[in-house]
Amino acid sequence: MAYCDRCGEPGSHAACVAARELEPPRYCPDCRRRMKVQVVPTGWTATCVEHGERRG
Amino acid sequence: MPEILDRARARVLDDGAGLDESDILAVLRLPDEDLPDLLQLAHDVRMKWCGPEVEVEGIVSLKTGGCPEDCHFCSQSGLFASPVRSVWLDIPSLVEAAKQTAATGATEFCIVAAVRGPDKRLMDQMRAGVKAIKEAVDIQVAASLGMLSQEQVDELAAMGVHRYNHNLETCKSYFPSVVTTHSWEERWSTLTMVRESGMEVCCGGILGMGETLEQRAEFAAQLAELDPHEVPLNFLTPRPGTPFGDRPVVEGKDALRAIAAFRLALPRAILRYAGGREITLGDLGTREGLLGGINAMIVGNYLTTLGRPATADLELLADLKMPVKSLSATF
Repeated sequence: MAYCDRCGEPGSHAACVAARELEPPRYCPDCRRRMKVQVVPTGWTATCVEHGERRG
Repeated sequence: MPEILDRARARVLDDGAGLDESDILAVLRLPDEDLPDLLQLAHDVRMKWCGPEVEVEGIVSLKTGGCPEDCHFCSQSGLFASPVRSVWLDIPSLVEAAKQTAATGATEFCIVAAVRGPDKRLMDQMRAGVKAIKEAVDIQVAASLGMLSQEQVDELAAMGVHRYNHNLETCKSYFPSVVTTHSWEERWSTLTMVRESGMEVCCGGILGMGETLEQRAEFAAQLAELDPHEVPLNFLTPRPGTPFGDRPVVEGKDALRAIAAFRLALPRAILRYAGGREITLGDLGTREGLLGGINAMIVGNYLTTLGRPATADLELLADLKMPVKSLSATF
């Protein structure tokens, strides 16, 4: 992963990894674009205009 | 036992009347060693005036982000440098979310939009969405769409929306420190119209936004004056990019004291765990809150953040021998 999918900065961060247990990703880890994120009761989808959709 | 607990036992448990503001404050100031007795009293009040059932609800965001208001806790405001982007949920996905919610045993499904108030596009989406859900899923539909006009209140009631959520968020005296783009009184006005329409009123707020204990007591007393059917209690989850992004989370024992105090202020209300319990209370605290006045919960994910799996909460309720309220009990 080139970028942190929580804060968009380069690399991986322990605080962000911990926070991500209760948050969907917000930034594309490939290009750091902000993704369109939809949370539903049992999951989430995050879409990057360049790199497509991720699900969790 | 402290005198305030004896007084609360007589007034709330025996007579079913809520505590007044000064007594709520006395409860919020109780030392840690009195917390077990306080929680037991709040639980006894809940069991006597509400019963053992727990109302389970799922929520979903129909329109996320891009909100013109400046609620300082909210990652969906378009006025802050939040990473949350604007997105709309389509109707098939909305219906699927309602089905997923119903599959957990939940009786409530609340459709939420990040707006000041609904425009024509949102009301059209609501009309189509509520109709599609009612045709496909056996669940009560609630809504939370910000401030309403009388015409919109009437239209939502006609659609079959049975409960409307509009949180006051905090007490009147602290509200200007949380929101500057609209007033506490404007929110109260919407709640008044909702009540008069026959829809159930759902109104709560967020604890831990910097309010004092006096203001927390003021808030509980103002909610008691409103007398809502349901009070969702959130604990601030500081969101990156928002003005409250650096606030500390509420300490677990303070959160439990607040849960009990709100129960003693509102003995008959549906008191719901909403956002933030995972961080503020954790698994053990969640259990203690259910044994300290809480009788409803949001299960699954929230609007922009994630919750515990619904199965974990349902297992907890089974372990506590607290039955999930059935749909037939909600009519």
